[in-house]
Amino acid sequence: MKALGLLRRSFEHGVHPAHHKGQTADLPIQRVPFGSHYVMPLGQHTGVPAKAVVATGERVDRGQLIAEPGGFVSTALHSPVTGVVTDVGNHRDVDGRFAPAIAIEADAFATQAVDPKNAVDWQSLSLDEFISAVQMAGIVGLGGAAFPAHVKLSVPDGVRIRHLLINGAECEPYLTTDHRLMLERPEALLEGAEIMRQKLGAEETVIGVEMNKPDAIGVLRKHIQRGQPVRVVPLKVKYPQGAEKMMIKSVFGKEVPAGQLPRDVGVNVNNVGTIVAIADYFLRGMPLIERVVTVAGPGVTYPANLVVPLGTPVRDVVKFCGGLKPGSREIIMGGPMMGRPVASLDVPILKGCSGILVFTEKETARRREYPCISCGRCLEACPYFLNPSRLARLSRSRMFDEMKELNVFDCVECGSCTFACPSNIPIVQLIRTAKDDLMHRREPDA
Amino acid sequence: MNSLLVAPAIMVGIGLFFGTVLAIAQRFLRVDEDPRIEATNELLPGTNCGACGQPGCLPFAEKLVAGDVDPGQCTVSTDEAIEQIAEYLEVDAGRAEKLVARIRCNGGRLQANQVAEYRGFEGCRAAAVVSGGGKGCSWGCLGLGDCERACTFDAIHMNSNGLPQVDMEKCRACPDCVAACPRDLMELVPLNQNLYVQCNIPLAGEAATQLCKVACDACGKCVADAAPGLITMRDNLPVVDYGSGAEARPEAIFRCATNSIVWLEGEQFQDQESRRAGVG
Repeated sequence: MKALGLLRRSFEHGVHPAHHKGQTADLPIQRVPFGSHYVMPLGQHTGVPAKAVVATGERVDRGQLIAEPGGFVSTALHSPVTGVVTDVGNHRDVDGRFAPAIAIEADAFATQAVDPKNAVDWQSLSLDEFISAVQMAGIVGLGGAAFPAHVKLSVPDGVRIRHLLINGAECEPYLTTDHRLMLERPEALLEGAEIMRQKLGAEETVIGVEMNKPDAIGVLRKHIQRGQPVRVVPLKVKYPQGAEKMMIKSVFGKEVPAGQLPRDVGVNVNNVGTIVAIADYFLRGMPLIERVVTVAGPGVTYPANLVVPLGTPVRDVVKFCGGLKPGSREIIMGGPMMGRPVASLDVPILKGCSGILVFTEKETARRREYPCISCGRCLEACPYFLNPSRLARLSRSRMFDEMKELNVFDCVECGSCTFACPSNIPIVQLIRTAKDDLMHRREPDA
Repeated sequence: MNSLLVAPAIMVGIGLFFGTVLAIAQRFLRVDEDPRIEATNELLPGTNCGACGQPGCLPFAEKLVAGDVDPGQCTVSTDEAIEQIAEYLEVDAGRAEKLVARIRCNGGRLQANQVAEYRGFEGCRAAAVVSGGGKGCSWGCLGLGDCERACTFDAIHMNSNGLPQVDMEKCRACPDCVAACPRDLMELVPLNQNLYVQCNIPLAGEAATQLCKVACDACGKCVADAAPGLITMRDNLPVVDYGSGAEARPEAIFRCATNSIVWLEGEQFQDQESRRAGVG
C-alpha cells in the first residue's frame, strides 16, 4: 500500500537530468556586499511594466517605492539600496534588448537598513486589501516566471481554494536557493504559509519537496507544530516536478486541464521563495528588494548561495564569487533547463532570477545535429503530452499556423524534449522561435 | 467461360450507367466559368506570392476579370506581361509604382559592436529569442538570413558584411522578407525615393554610436540641410516625409558623419563612399 502511495507521488513523462546540486547544496546563504550601481528594469515581472514615480536626481531609501503598478497584472518596484536615482531611461535588460529602467547609484555611507516599523498588520486586512498590499510589496513568483503573486490570490467568485501548495521541488539542476531557504528559514516559510492559508481560506498547506532533499524535509517536519494544518510531501526526483501543473498531479493526483489554472481545481501554488517574501513583508516590513541566487557551474571559482539586492549587475555577483575561470563561455540566468543565456555581464539580477550558472566550452559546445529518427523519445518526455518532434519539423518549415493547431501554446518550454533527443535537435529553440513569430508577427502592409 | 464474362460485363454495365449519369449532369448542372479567367491566369507568373494582396494567382485572375483590381497590382509580372493582360481584358494597365525592399540598418559585421557570440542554430528569429543575438545593438540586423530564406525570388543574398543585399532586378516587392524579419527592418520603398535612413536605433549621441559605428546619433544635421519640412526627427531618428512636397536633394546627406542617411540610386550597400563623392 505504501509502495503504491509512493508511486502515485509523481506525474507521467518527464526526464531525469543529473542534478549537480552538490556544488552549493551545503553552502549557507551569504549576503553580497552592496555595490555602487543598480538598475531596476520596469518590466521585470510578467505583465504590464511598472510606472516610475521617481525622477533623476531624487534621493531614495532602501525599500522606498520607486515605481507603481502599471495595471492589475503588474507590481510595484522598490529601491534595492539607499542612494540617488541617476537615470530613468533605456538600459540593457536580461533579454539583450534595451528597456525602460531606473538606474540608482548607491550611497556608500548609508546603513542600508530597512525601517522595521513598516511591518503590516495582515490580520486586520480584508482580502482585497491584502491583495493590493501584496501588489504594492512587489511580490512575484520567485521560481523563475516572475508572475505577480497577487494575481494568483484574486480568485473569482464561486471558486474555492482548498489547498495551498508550496513548491519546494527545485527540479532544475544546479539550483539550491529553495533548498537553502527551507533549511535556513523554515520558521519564515511556515509563517508566510500561515498568512497565505488564512487569507485564502484554504484547509491545509502542502509543501512538496523532491526526495533528493531529505534534510529539508526533516527540518520542515521538525518545525511544524502539533495541530498545524501543514503537510510535507516528498516527491519523486524527476524533471519538471516543479512545474505547477505537474506538482498538482503528483501531490493530489488531479490533472489541471489545458487552458485552465490551478485555482480551477482548488489549489494555489507558490514557490518557497515567494512565501518567504510574503512573511518578510507582512512581519518584517521588507518589500521584495532582494532574493536568493545560486551562483554555480563549472566556470565559477567559488560557487555560493547569495542574497543579492535586485538590480545588482551580474558582473558584481560573479566578481564576489571569485570571478570566472579561464575557458568560461556561457552565463545562464536561471536553471540550465529553462534559463536563458545573457549577452552581457552588465545585465541586472531581477526578481525572476534564481541562479547564475557559468559553463565552459566543454558543456556548451554545440553537438552535431542529426536528422530526426522518429524514435519518439521527445513524446515520452513531454509532460504536457505534445508532439515535440512534429512541432520542431513544422517550425523548420516555417509552418507556424499549423503549430497552433497542435497546441504549441501549451508548451511551457521545460526543455525535456531537447534533453531527451538523441539527434541533438534544438526542439525547444525551434518552438520558442515559432511562438515568438506567432506572437509578434507584423501583418504586411498590403 | 460464361462465368469469366460475367465480371467484365458487370463492370462495363456500371461504367455505362455512371457515364450516362455524368453526361446528363454535365449537360444540366454545368456551371459556366468565364474562359477569360483561365486565360488570364495563364498570363500571370504563377508564383502565388501574395504581393498583390490576394491569396494566389487564380483568385487575382478572378478579381481581374471582375474588374476589381488593375493588372499593374501584380508586382511580379514583367511590364510586357502586364501590357498583354491589359490588352486581353481591354482595361487600363494601372502600373503600380515600382517598389523595392530596403533594410533599415547598415550595421554589418564590420560596423556593429559585438558583445557576445551566438552559437544556436541559424536564423534571425531564433537568435532574437536568445538574448537578442550577439550584437550590442538590439534594434539592428541580426545578419542570419531569415529574409534570404523567405525570399521567393532569390533576390536577397547575405553579403560578406552580413547584411542582406537586395537584387533590384529580381526583387518583386512581395512582402515575404518584411514578414520574416524579427526586428521589422525590411520595408518596401518606392524606387524614386532616394533619401533613405538606414538606421533603427532610438538612442541619441554616444549611447547610439558606442553600439555601432554607423548608428544615427540624432545630430539633426540632415534635418537642417534638407528642404524645410522634408525631414523631421522622431524618436531620435530622421524621418523623410515624401508627402510634404519639399524637394529631396542629396545635399541632406553631405554632413552625415555616420552614413546613416544615404542617397540611393541603385542597390543598398554598394560602394557608398564613391557615391557620396560622386553626388558632391
